[in-house]
Amino acid sequence: MAERKIVDGRGSFCPGPLMELIVALKSSQIGDELEVLSTDKGSVNDIPEWLNKVGHAYISTTEAEGVWHIALRKSK
Amino acid sequence: MSTNKICVVVVSGTLERLQMAAMVASVAAVSGQDVLVFLSMNALTYFVKGNTTKAPHEGEMGVLIASHKVPEFKTLFEQAVELGDAKIFPCSMAMDILGVEQDGLEKYLEKATGLTKFLHDATDGQIWTF
Repeated sequence: MAERKIVDGRGSFCPGPLMELIVALKSSQIGDELEVLSTDKGSVNDIPEWLNKVGHAYISTTEAEGVWHIALRKSK
Repeated sequence: MSTNKICVVVVSGTLERLQMAAMVASVAAVSGQDVLVFLSMNALTYFVKGNTTKAPHEGEMGVLIASHKVPEFKTLFEQAVELGDAKIFPCSMAMDILGVEQDGLEKYLEKATGLTKFLHDATDGQIWTF
């Protein structure tokens, strides 16, 4: 499996991490896995919600040392 | 009745309102909703090319926004267009008053539009006003 593409949204506030993810998705292929790094708590709820709404696959959210890692797969 | 169209009318020139309007427009646009934005009154001046004036804040939140890494409202409006196909219309009346032509506005704005046309286009959508 290819490595996950990291989208570094650390330090940015809503909707910054989501917008950075969308930019990264534009240059990704269907099936690619991406991982958003965010320190914005709102994005931790909003990004899975957005993925569900637009139809990309949400994989998981983990937290380490104050940074959330939101993993997903481009599905369309 | 549910609708997939969101019409955002922005007239305020203060940071908090411009920021919230930009957040609504950009998130709605990238979530698959049809977004129309109408810029008039004090809001339009920030979209005149070369205007680097900082929007004044209304209260504490505006001060905090300015000191945090929050995406700038103009960047969010531009992303609403580029990433979500939003359409941003400058108010023709406000342009007349300001004495600004189409080529004097940011390039991601649509052609000047009158209120009558905008209201017609907005009839089947939600209207959010800032």
